[in-house]
Amino acid sequence: MKRDMTEDAIKVQGLTVAYGKNVVIQSASFEISKHDFVCIVGANGSGKSTLVRALLGLIPINSGRIRFGKGIEKNTIGFLPQETRTEQDFPATVFEIVLSGTLGRLGMKAFYRKEDKERAKRALEELGIAKLKDESYTKLSGGQRQKVLLARALVATSELLILDEPSNNLDHKSRKEFYKTLARLNERGLTVLMITHDLDVEDLIGNKVLAIKNGEISCEYTDDYIRSFR
Amino acid sequence: MNWIVEMFSYTFMQRAVIVGVLISACAALLGVSLVLRKNSMIGDGLSHTAFSAFAVALVLGLTPIYFAIPVVIIASFVVLRLSKSRKSNGDAAIALLSASSLAIGVMAISVVKGVNIDLNSYLFGSILSVGWSDVWLSIVMTILVVGLYVFAHNRIFAITFDEEFAKSTGVRTGYYDIIFAIICSVVIVLGMRLLGALLISSLIIFPTIISMQFSKSFKVLVIWSVVISIINFMLGLIISYLVATPTGATVVIVNLIVLLVTKIVRKLVA
Repeated sequence: MKRDMTEDAIKVQGLTVAYGKNVVIQSASFEISKHDFVCIVGANGSGKSTLVRALLGLIPINSGRIRFGKGIEKNTIGFLPQETRTEQDFPATVFEIVLSGTLGRLGMKAFYRKEDKERAKRALEELGIAKLKDESYTKLSGGQRQKVLLARALVATSELLILDEPSNNLDHKSRKEFYKTLARLNERGLTVLMITHDLDVEDLIGNKVLAIKNGEISCEYTDDYIRSFR
Repeated sequence: MNWIVEMFSYTFMQRAVIVGVLISACAALLGVSLVLRKNSMIGDGLSHTAFSAFAVALVLGLTPIYFAIPVVIIASFVVLRLSKSRKSNGDAAIALLSASSLAIGVMAISVVKGVNIDLNSYLFGSILSVGWSDVWLSIVMTILVVGLYVFAHNRIFAITFDEEFAKSTGVRTGYYDIIFAIICSVVIVLGMRLLGALLISSLIIFPTIISMQFSKSFKVLVIWSVVISIINFMLGLIISYLVATPTGATVVIVNLIVLLVTKIVRKLVA
């Protein structure tokens, strides 16, 4: 896999995030290069989601600096959050959901443009779910839903994907297929950051592991955890 | 069909129809977001606060509607904060607010001697209490709400479906929360005169729940919620006129029957 290690996708320096007096991330510094596939690991409550939310600007940081590489803006990061209870019985078509990924590109415009709709269609085709375009989200299987949310994230970005435990609610087969898709997108040039359970070795794919323990972060290239589903 | 001509010849009925139709439309639009974000009880909590504010205003000799609107707006911010807080139990907080507000309202009315207030009309609504100021406020409100839904439809969808993702794309979800809280407060205060404090929240919840039985997309859900809300209000109003039943309760019963029918039809079709 050819990787461009010279250019940073994300550079974090001295990042500290706390909820009140509870310091979750302490003076963390790390770099993620463009085209990396990074697994974020750590025990439950270790601060994996906090780190991701801080990177996305969803929560305030206490100190430190987060810089994104050329071509990456905060509003155009493809984010795949954990599925919430709200979404499960929500009456929406697949296309409505995927199209909402273009909101970061709309600026002050009220309505979606033709190019936004084309972009959403391309994402559906890329993930092989174009035929689901007009289907109701509530009727889809867990694996299909996750692909829809991935398509929405793909529509939002051309550079950086951030996924929060995307394999939750997926069976073994769907999970394997989902990781294959991610590996393909990474090979195409997308930088991928994915939170996984550290206990489940099957979830560890990619070329870099970012481990969080007691608020401290280590980020290293590794061969040990790489799993290829090809 | 003379009864139709007769019914709409009364000025109070004309006002009730205008306010009712407009508030039904606004409540249905709001309801889509509140119900889908599992915040249905907010309407209930705020309507009880509105009752309390009306009672206190009457006791203090203030104009109820102008006193109630700011009070309910403040309450809506508190409720919104509580429902989002990880530390507090949002549901319990709203339940406490409802009960406490109702108690304050009843106490305010009962402790002041010589004030003649029809408690029933505040709790269960009265079409006679709707004035021209309510009509104008409803028209302004509807223009604002419909405008918001037309021009911010895509963002409202994103926030309702997945707030975290919407935030990540730069949508200022906090601003929308404030706008929703204000609109919700005004709709409840205006609708309360018509349907009553105990029944107004049904106008927010029923249309969305009914439309969810057959809507495949968000857009369809929004449109049907508004249509169903208006039709059910008109049916309720007409029935209450013909058989002399309380308007608020009749509108709720009509909504309940329509919900049961759509649920049965859905089961049969499936």
